Order: sequence, then structure tokens, then C-alpha cells
Amino acid sequence: MLSSIRKLSSALTRLFHLGLLCASIFCCIFVCAVVSAAATDPAVPPSSEMPWWVWPLVLFVVTFFLGIVAVLGGVGGGVLYVPIVGGFLPFHLDFVRGAGLLVALAGALAAGPGLLRKGMADLRLALPVALIASTSAIAGALVGLALPTNVVQIALGISILGIVAIMMMAKKSEFPEVKDADALSTALRIHGVYHEVSTGHTVNWKVHRTPQGLVLFVLIGIMAGMFGLGAGWANVPVLNLLMGAPLKVSVSTSKFLLSITDASAAWIYINGGAVLPLMVVPSIVGIMLGSMVGVRILARTKPASIRLIVIGLLLFAGSRALLKGLGIWN
Amino acid sequence: MELKPSATIQRKPPATEEQLRYARLLRLLMRIGLIMLIVTYAIYMSGILTPRIPVQELSRYWSLPVHEYLSATGLKPGWSWVQFIGTGDYINFSGVVFLAAATIWCYAAIFPMFLRKKDYIYAAIAALEILVLVAAASGILQTGGH
Repeated sequence: MLSSIRKLSSALTRLFHLGLLCASIFCCIFVCAVVSAAATDPAVPPSSEMPWWVWPLVLFVVTFFLGIVAVLGGVGGGVLYVPIVGGFLPFHLDFVRGAGLLVALAGALAAGPGLLRKGMADLRLALPVALIASTSAIAGALVGLALPTNVVQIALGISILGIVAIMMMAKKSEFPEVKDADALSTALRIHGVYHEVSTGHTVNWKVHRTPQGLVLFVLIGIMAGMFGLGAGWANVPVLNLLMGAPLKVSVSTSKFLLSITDASAAWIYINGGAVLPLMVVPSIVGIMLGSMVGVRILARTKPASIRLIVIGLLLFAGSRALLKGLGIWN
Repeated sequence: MELKPSATIQRKPPATEEQLRYARLLRLLMRIGLIMLIVTYAIYMSGILTPRIPVQELSRYWSLPVHEYLSATGLKPGWSWVQFIGTGDYINFSGVVFLAAATIWCYAAIFPMFLRKKDYIYAAIAALEILVLVAAASGILQTGGH
């Protein structure tokens, strides 16, 4: 009897979480669509008919659901925030990118201390990479703010579609085999000991192909600064697949890296005037609360199906950015 | 004597001294910054301090490119916002800037540790990173707008 009640309770909880997830995705798309229609309908002058307080509220709701979906899909909030908020809400892409960087920065600052303390993010691996990526991010932010909006929209659309391709094709390696560390990583003493609590394995890790990795971080930094996307989607494959760091070390170090890369680019947007406080705070709080709810749902959902939904969302938002930039879908 | 299964063995985390100092300082700064962000936003939304740009008018500007927004509102890029820190909207920048500067303080905290350990390569990397972040924060790097 007791076990039947437990089973029923567990099934109901699963059903509730599944319902919450579906509602999240539905609300996210619905709110974006309604708001986008209201903002672009010629019968309703953009933003003037709706009371001002609706917009921070809409941002909070959208980012809350984005926070849930981002955690479940295993992506950072920034990569969803910029194309979706930029594509469907009435804010100019300059302000969306500024807010996107601050959203990604706040998430990384919140996660960084725990990851460093547990030894999952590695400071010796992060510091040289961060120097390259943050310098490039400044260049990317300067170029991004100087380019015409439609050019940035087109490049953003192409980049988002590229990210979708990477997400679909890139494999992951829990413990990549690194036979010999390269000369640069040896000189920098980039190596460590990683203990996997769930399996009890202790792995001595080292990295290779460091110069090639650093060259790729120049590109990653430029894209992070130019589009305000955060860069976890690119950091992890380079650290894990190219340089050979264990997957969890790569994911954690990537998250910590964002706190440095995005900080440098965020300064360019702050000093350039592209930060609207009205947008920033509801976005940061919304995505943080959404992420907390997402973590609770994570244990009870199937990651593969969620990943497909995130890929679908990014495909839609990336196509929207591309078509908006080309003047086909305004 | 009963041996614990390896999965439950608690080991000392492989975090270095610098890593732990960085983590402790970052956690403190992040908490202060987040509180500042929420408190200043509450001041903004409640109207306790009059904003420089009334919130009702803001929707006229937020769909403009940033250089048009700046010229329409008479604002200047860089640190000029500091003179308006007593207004409802610009007080929010204190929290934003505090969070953006957190990384600089963390690097400044670990730099002497690398020097003490004679780890000159990492001391140089930390010093360079501080220079990069300070250059970005200074406002000397700006675009001409589009």
C-alpha cells in the first residue's frame, strides 16, 4: 500500500515537472510571439501603447523560462538570451547584447567560487586562456558596436545556426587520452588531479595542442564580445576535445572563464552607453531564479529530448536574426 | 576495520592556495554586487529617487541604436554617468560596475601570491590581465558608433 502511494506520488511529481517544463517552453514562445506582434504591428505604435512597467515584467518572465530551458538543455543563458530577446522584444540589439553579457557574467560569477573551491575549475588552465579570450572579447565588442545593426544581425544569425551545428555534431569525451603534454602546457605547468566522486576514479590530467587551443580562443573571444553570447558553447569543445581536459574540468573551467571574458567585453558596453538598467536587473534575476528551478527539474527529465528542444529554439531564433538582418522578417 | 566505498571517500579538494583565495573573494564580491543590484533597482522602480530619464519616456529610446540613444538623451559615453549617480536610473550602475570590477580585485589578490612563489610566468599573466581589464574599464577604448 505504502509503496503504491510512493509510486503514485513519484509519478505525479514527474508529471508536474514535465508539465512545468512544457509550460515553460510554451510560455516562452507565446510571450515572445505576442510581444513581438504587439511591437511590430503597425496598428500599435512600438512600445507607446503598452505601459512601461509591462516590459521589465515580460523580460523577467521570459528570462525565468529561458533559465529553466538553459539548464535543462546544458547551455548558458547568454546564448539563448541574445537571439530570443533581440529577435522578439522591442529592445535594440545594442542594449540586448549589453544585457546578455551581464546575464552571462552574473551566472559565471555566481558559479565560479564553488567550482574553484571544489577544484573542478582549474586556475592554471583558465588564466592563460582568459588573457587571450578577454583581450579578443574587447576587440569583438568594439567591432560589434561599430558595425551597422543589420550586419551584426546577419552575423549573429549565422553564428547561432553554426552553434546549432556544433551542438548537433560535437561529441564529448569524459576523459580524453593525452599521451604527451605539449611544450607550452608543460612550461605553464597546466595539469591536475581530478577526482570523480560518483565513480571513485582519480585521474591525473594534462593537456596538449595548447597553441592551437589559444588561437581558437582568439575567435571565441571576438564572437563573445561581438554578440554578447557568453561562450560556453565553444569553450567546452576546445578545452575538452582539442586540448584534452576531462569533460567536467572543461565545463567548470569554461564557466569560470566567462567571468573574465564577459567582464572585459561588458566594460566596453557599459562605457559605450549600451546598458539599460531597466533591462539588466529583471534579466539577471529572472535567469538566476529560472536556473534554480531548472536544476530541480533536471534530475527528472531526459536530457536528450530537452537538448532537441533547445536546438529547435536556437534554430528558430537564429533564423529570425538572419532574416531580420536581411530585411526579410522585420 | 570496515573500509568505506571509494565513491564516498572524502578527499582534500585539489584546489591551490591561489584558487581558494580567488574563490573566497569572488564569492564575497558577487554577493555584495548582487545585493547592490537588487536594492538599487528597487529604488529605481519605487521612484524614491527621480530618474534622469523618466521611465515612461524610456520606451521611446530603447529601440534606437546606442549612439542615437546617447545623442537623443544628451548622454556621453564613458564614466560620465558618475555625475548622475544620485538619480534613480544611474544609481543602478553602481551595482553593475561593482560586479564587472569583481574580477579585477580577484586578480589583484592572487598576483602577490604568484610573486611570493616565484611563479613569474603566472604573475606576469595576472598583471597583464589586470591591465587588460583596467583598460576596458577605463573607457579609453571606444568606438566611433555606427
